Amino acid sequence: MTDKPKVAFYWCASCGGCEEAVVDLAEELLGVAAAVDIVFWPVALDFKRADVEAMEDGEILATFVNGAIRTTEQEEMVHLLRKKSKVLVAFGACAQLGGIPGLANLWDREAIFERAYLTSPTTENPAGTVPLTDYAANGHRIQLPGFYDTVMSLDQVTQVDYAVPGCAPTPNLIAAAVGALLSGDLPPLGTVLAPDVALCSECDRRDTKPEDLHITAFKRPHEIIADDETCLLAQGLLCLGPATRAGCGAQCIGANMPCTGCFGPTSRVHDQGAKAASAIASLVGADDPAEIERILDGIPDPIGTFYRYGLPHSLMVRRRQDTVETTA
Amino acid sequence: MSGPSLNGDTRIGVYVCHCGTNIAGPIDVEAVTEYAAGLPGVVVARAYKYMCSDPGQELITHDILEEGLDRVVVASCSPSLHEETFRRAVAKGGVNPYLFQMVNIREHGSWVHDDVEMATAKAKDLVRAGVARVRFHRPLEPRRVPVDGSAMVVGGGIAGIHAALTLANAGKHVYLVEREPTIGGHMAQFDKTFPTLDCAACILTPKMTQVRNHPNITLWTMAEVVEVDGFVGAYRVKVRHEPRFIIEDACVGCLECIDVCVFRNGKTPDEFNLGLSKRKPIYIPFPQAVPQVVVIDPEACIEFRAGCRKKTCVEVCADRNAIDFQQVATFDEVEVGTIVLATGFKTFDAGRIPYYGYGRYDNVYTALEVERLVNAAGPTTGEVVLRDGRTPQSVGIIHCVGSRDENTNTHCSRVCCMYSLKLAHLMKEKTGAEVYNFYIDMRTPGKGMEEFYNRVGSEGVHFIRGKVGDVYPEAGDTGRLVLQAEDTLLGRIRKIPVDMVVLATGIEPQSDAEDVRRLFNITCSAGGFFMERHPKLAPVSTFTDGVFLAGTCQGPRDIPDTVAQAGAAAAEALALIDAGSILLEPNTAFVSAEDCSGCKTCIGMCPYQAIAHIDGKAVINEVLCKGCGTCVAACPSGAIHQNLFDDDEIFEEILGVLIHA
Ligand SMILES: Cc1cc2nc3c(=O)[nH]c(=O)nc-3n(C[C@H](O)[C@H](O)[C@H](O)COP(=O)(O)OP(=O)(O)OC[C@H]3O[C@@H](n4cnc5c(N)ncnc54)[C@H](O)[C@@H]3O)c2cc1C
Ligand code: SF4
Ligand code: SF4
Repeated sequence: MTDKPKVAFYWCASCGGCEEAVVDLAEELLGVAAAVDIVFWPVALDFKRADVEAMEDGEILATFVNGAIRTTEQEEMVHLLRKKSKVLVAFGACAQLGGIPGLANLWDREAIFERAYLTSPTTENPAGTVPLTDYAANGHRIQLPGFYDTVMSLDQVTQVDYAVPGCAPTPNLIAAAVGALLSGDLPPLGTVLAPDVALCSECDRRDTKPEDLHITAFKRPHEIIADDETCLLAQGLLCLGPATRAGCGAQCIGANMPCTGCFGPTSRVHDQGAKAASAIASLVGADDPAEIERILDGIPDPIGTFYRYGLPHSLMVRRRQDTVETTA
Repeated sequence: MSGPSLNGDTRIGVYVCHCGTNIAGPIDVEAVTEYAAGLPGVVVARAYKYMCSDPGQELITHDILEEGLDRVVVASCSPSLHEETFRRAVAKGGVNPYLFQMVNIREHGSWVHDDVEMATAKAKDLVRAGVARVRFHRPLEPRRVPVDGSAMVVGGGIAGIHAALTLANAGKHVYLVEREPTIGGHMAQFDKTFPTLDCAACILTPKMTQVRNHPNITLWTMAEVVEVDGFVGAYRVKVRHEPRFIIEDACVGCLECIDVCVFRNGKTPDEFNLGLSKRKPIYIPFPQAVPQVVVIDPEACIEFRAGCRKKTCVEVCADRNAIDFQQVATFDEVEVGTIVLATGFKTFDAGRIPYYGYGRYDNVYTALEVERLVNAAGPTTGEVVLRDGRTPQSVGIIHCVGSRDENTNTHCSRVCCMYSLKLAHLMKEKTGAEVYNFYIDMRTPGKGMEEFYNRVGSEGVHFIRGKVGDVYPEAGDTGRLVLQAEDTLLGRIRKIPVDMVVLATGIEPQSDAEDVRRLFNITCSAGGFFMERHPKLAPVSTFTDGVFLAGTCQGPRDIPDTVAQAGAAAAEALALIDAGSILLEPNTAFVSAEDCSGCKTCIGMCPYQAIAHIDGKAVINEVLCKGCGTCVAACPSGAIHQNLFDDDEIFEEILGVLIHA
């Protein structure tokens, strides 16, 4: 054992993009790798849960958890890692806000199982088998993780010290976060490690946005060839920059694509989706109810648009559910 | 700008008011008080009979000093009644008055519930929310804004005239805006006024000339307000002047031009005489019109169509050069501290009740037409001659036309009984005719009114208690009309033939009252008259600070009441102007510059144009901000805060209501 600071990475309900982002650090990763001891990283290194359990409480300097909490196993693991770590970091939109997996909160376990294992067009499951938590085979009983009705963000199951936002976090922010951890020069607990101002502040196109913008038709990116210098909202594209934390350097806008909101809200906003929806709705350039309706029909999936990354962490959390939460 | 987390370490006092039995009836006040005492941060909780009384307020002040309270919650009535009272009590104890929250358990509680248990539970919820919220209150200072020393009066009837003169006599500059070519309003059309029968012109015209000559009054006739901006103390008002085609300062009122007009006789129905006579294209509404300036009607004058070859008017005006066919509408913009609205009324359109035959039978008149007929300066120089040239031998006056009637207006127009008595008297005096007044109830409240009724009765006028159901021509081509009514005192149908029918049409809001309401950002009552702030305690104020109401635009009333109310409106306006400045609720919004991304979402949102985009940041002009909160809700990154309504205050309050103990 060296006395280099110990660091761990863990993934929960996620796509793997956040792991990719760490690898994408490239040369910088080498520097980090040299400075720390990576003691746990299921995607890349062969350590087991028992190795973590064997550690002293607080032995790990920092654990970076990506992905939302969707199963009992994920919850168990983050409780374990929380205990063993001085600092727990929600890494990426899913851990911070629930992320794309959080959109599953529009349904519940039963509906999801039915779709995924029984009715989807590509499914062939004549026995109607769905995941079980307790299963007997060849005289052995197997316990499997339970699947929650509701996807949660990391801070909804355990205490989180910092968050690195993004889907996935950008290299500059990761490097800055690691740098801060190693130097011990840390902001107050609970801080999101990115600027606390909306994206427009770092967008080149800001000055082209009119003060009295009236949108009469929303466009989707494939429907127009957007001018690459003018504010995308001014062109009718639904850019969530005004409601999204800065820090990415407006990369999507640089590629002529609107911001979809992955950095989440600023610290002052309780519900990014509600804020974004009300800000966008206020730009609708019509007074007649029918006309307003027509314009808003240009936003085909309002929840998927405004709550794409943050439904579990919003004031709504999920679609109303009449039954009590259970795990299968 | 989130406040310090004050949970726990605050010292809150909670006071629950009985309001006599108003609250203590349906709500168990003691239980609410006991409950409040156990809430976090609460060190004193008391119930008292009348918190707004001196001893009630004393309780607060005393506890602040003795118990070291730093925040106060009073659970009583609506903040619109006593928030100021309690804030003052808090300030008297030495605590910033905004570290106070008022909880309404009367209008939102005892007055709308009768189940004691439920109402008490709700009162507890509301108190809990208030306590949760007040912990996050921050000390604030009210805003002081200067008040412009001048005033605007809109409408130049007797109400507007009286208000303008009162303000001007107190040394304030007044802009009086009247849309007709002359001031005077309805009163100028009457011959005599009830109940004293003094001559309307004799008492009105001196006031009209005073307006004209007053050094502190700028009189604008043929003018209308088209835009109102700003706020109490500094309203910016845009006024549109219709072209009169006469240069007002050049016209000396000699009226020679009218005589020499190429139209020997008038062809246009005279508006002032309600069409009972004709006027020329160049005219003056009535002899004592103020200003004494003629006006050209471009619809009637041939210069505006084919061109007038002679232009005799221009010729006779000679080097006074007052006639200007090229005039176009012009605009003025002025700043005033306060505004008095005195836009008056219109009379009910008698054609809406077809069975009274107005417009169908020549000898059916409205009361206003009769006012002109009996007027010595009217179309018949005061002789009552019917449209068919006869003098009536019998007259039927129908009360309540378009008043107290579910199909038209449900309100009582308040003046119709009295002016019907007046017209009965005048008709009898002038023609000796038999006069029949058909009334539902005879309403004669007020000084000298019942006496006047008795007097008219003793003059031989017949009073028939009953609603006229039909008016139809008498058989045999007599030219007379039969009034059919059920006499509810005799209990039988009466059919009375008369030569002349007079419809006592009621008082209605002006047809453009809704536009005026919107322009000045005030509200209307159910019937469409402008709404006062409080029917008893603020009868001439509106919900818009600095905008006051005078006269019949607020509701039907007679001249004495109109003048009294105009005086009150002027006094309120004066009180405001004379203070030189006013204190405003510090509930304004402000942008935290470092948090603003410059997204501009807020800029167009503000209904008061209070937000500007300066160097990539939004900036709110605190003086223009009315605290409506629109931008606060709209800012997608939470960069805008609002005093007294910051997120932590609102969310704590909501949580306080929702989380049951
Ligand atoms: C037939 C009849 C007889 C009556 N007889 C008597 C009586 O004998 N004694 C008595 O005490 N009361 C009498 N009254 C009641 C009396 O008419 C009113 O009390 C009085 O005229 C109200 O005055 P006012 O200034 O409020 O309204 P108005 O006289 O209607 O004056 C309003 C003025 O505002 C102007 N105006 C309106 N809108 C605008 C605008 N947007 N911009 C600029 N100017 C505007 C109008 O042109 C008008 O000049 C009678 C009423 C009627 C209908
Ligand atoms: S709160 Fe905002 S929108 Fe409302 S008046 Fe003030 S600046 Fe304007
Ligand atoms: S809406 Fe908010 S972030 Fe956008 S310009 Fe206004 S204050 Fe700034």
